[in-house]
Amino acid sequence: MSRLRSVPDPHPPSKELARGEIEPTIAELERWATVHRLDCVRMLAVAKSGHLDSSLSAADIVSALYNRVLRHDPENPAWHERDRFVLCKGHAAPIQYAALAHHGYFPHEDLQGLRKIGAPLQGHPDMNKTAGVEVSTGSLGQGLSMCVGIGLALRLDGLEDTAQVFGVLSDGDCQEGQTWEAATAAVHFGLRNITAIVDYNHLQTDGTTEQVMDIGDMRAKFEAFGWDSIQIDGHDMEAIVEALERSRTLDRPAAIIAQTKKGRGVSFMEGRFGFHGKPPSPEQAVEALEELEARLEEQTAALQQEAE
Amino acid sequence: MAGKAEPGATRNAYGAALVELGEAHEDVVALDADLSVSTQSAKFGAAFPERFFNVGAAEANMMSMACGLAATGKRPYASTFAIFATGRAYDQIRLGIAHNELPVKICASHGGVSLGEDGASHQMIEDIALMRVMPNMSVVVPADYNQAYRATIDSYESEEPQYLRFGRPATPVVYEDVPETLGTGVDVLREGSDISLIATGHMVWRALEAAESLEAEDGIEAEVVNVSIIKPIHSESILETLAKTGVAVTAEEHRVVGGLSDAVRQVAAEQHPVPIFAVGMGDEFGISGTGEACMEHFGLTARGIADRAREALLLKPIVSHPPLFGPDWTSAP
Repeated sequence: MSRLRSVPDPHPPSKELARGEIEPTIAELERWATVHRLDCVRMLAVAKSGHLDSSLSAADIVSALYNRVLRHDPENPAWHERDRFVLCKGHAAPIQYAALAHHGYFPHEDLQGLRKIGAPLQGHPDMNKTAGVEVSTGSLGQGLSMCVGIGLALRLDGLEDTAQVFGVLSDGDCQEGQTWEAATAAVHFGLRNITAIVDYNHLQTDGTTEQVMDIGDMRAKFEAFGWDSIQIDGHDMEAIVEALERSRTLDRPAAIIAQTKKGRGVSFMEGRFGFHGKPPSPEQAVEALEELEARLEEQTAALQQEAE
Repeated sequence: MAGKAEPGATRNAYGAALVELGEAHEDVVALDADLSVSTQSAKFGAAFPERFFNVGAAEANMMSMACGLAATGKRPYASTFAIFATGRAYDQIRLGIAHNELPVKICASHGGVSLGEDGASHQMIEDIALMRVMPNMSVVVPADYNQAYRATIDSYESEEPQYLRFGRPATPVVYEDVPETLGTGVDVLREGSDISLIATGHMVWRALEAAESLEAEDGIEAEVVNVSIIKPIHSESILETLAKTGVAVTAEEHRVVGGLSDAVRQVAAEQHPVPIFAVGMGDEFGISGTGEACMEHFGLTARGIADRAREALLLKPIVSHPPLFGPDWTSAP
């Protein structure tokens, strides 16, 4: 089972990177997305519980945020002027944990304890148990409202133009009415420090979103609520980074509808129904790890070649 | 502090005290859901418009916003009617505020049936139970204007989530001045040895009236106890009065399940079982009428308390036993 042990990436991000003093390349961000995906598979295989496919669909977005866009300081998680990251779709906690461990918010071996009794990594993010988690989430629909509250507090503190609040939402979040209460409020209060990224993977517990409850054209909906709203390929790293950076510069709240595939990066899972909330079997875990390890090897080699 | 000498609504005390908190502390922010004139948070809004957020009819959004504000260092006071605060936004309070142990103060007005005419849809009679059962949440129900003022001011000192219940109608003076403190949250307002009348909120002044009529009509010496902090309830103070009288009637403008009566009974059942009877709302919803008519209709009156006390006294055990085990509460200060 040593294959399932999460180990720190031999090419971890530097502190200068977290502070925004160095900008990683798109290829580096893509490679780290693979690193995070690997950690998710290992975590879930050990935990035998959790939401793997939901974590994988958000991996590229989370890598872009934690490894490039977010201004944060892992050595001082409470740094008041930091950007805020809210995982509105709290069930994708493993992908956030992977990124937090990657940056040293807690020891990498803590990933092994996901969902285990007495361990710090809860099934859904818990602000009082896990360093780097801004607010506890897990009940869909509440996250964007929390982002609005955080955005207002930062504005009162005069940080509106420097500290951005990034919320990652799921399809399910957008089925909850509260998300639209929050979308209305963000515009009413004139917030320009909120970025909502919808990880639109079109699959939920009971089927496709189109079958269960079609949320339709999310870009048009956010636009109708007064947001700056764009749609991108949620696995195109360049597009993700550009959209996130652009969202900081706007005079309105920004919605980024990221078209994604659930289970992205693991072929047998990608875009397929039936994996929500199901941990991989030992055989599936091995298959997933083999595919991701092969990709990581390619990505690492390509980066080394470029460096030489 | 000199208090209000004439009847006043507890919600008005909240509105006035909130402005004082706003003046004293820059991190105080307030939220409301389109009921700010009724809840009185509008006074804060007029004084500190940049720190006041009216979210419109969107209580769920308000509670989660309060979570975000508190997580970023602010001290939010979130107000609306008790029904919408605790009923509609239960899950938002639960995860975002109570579970996170954030210092959000949920200041709900129009608790109980005394709001009157709006009827059952608005008369919240389960809020104390809902907030009491929620981990990490404390529950404060002041008895009059002056105590409500103190409860609001003191809430800032607590880093914990709190539910404060205020009411619509003007309430007779129970505390002549704004008290220095809520203390243990259990105040003996009148001493007596025959029966304990343990009341909260709008039922406290009625319990005092009931005690007077019991004395005048039947020579019964009733002890009147105001419980302003229902959770965590101060067990020693409750045990002290139960031990002294051996029988009690609780009185609350709330369901007799899950509220003050159950809090008192829980203490008694574990450490000093004595008969405890409840005045409150049975298994039914409120109805339209003037606030006072609604209180009359459901027996939430001084008369109702006194009648229940007479029944209770018939069942008072002839011999009162001291507790068999437990802390040495009789010598507690």
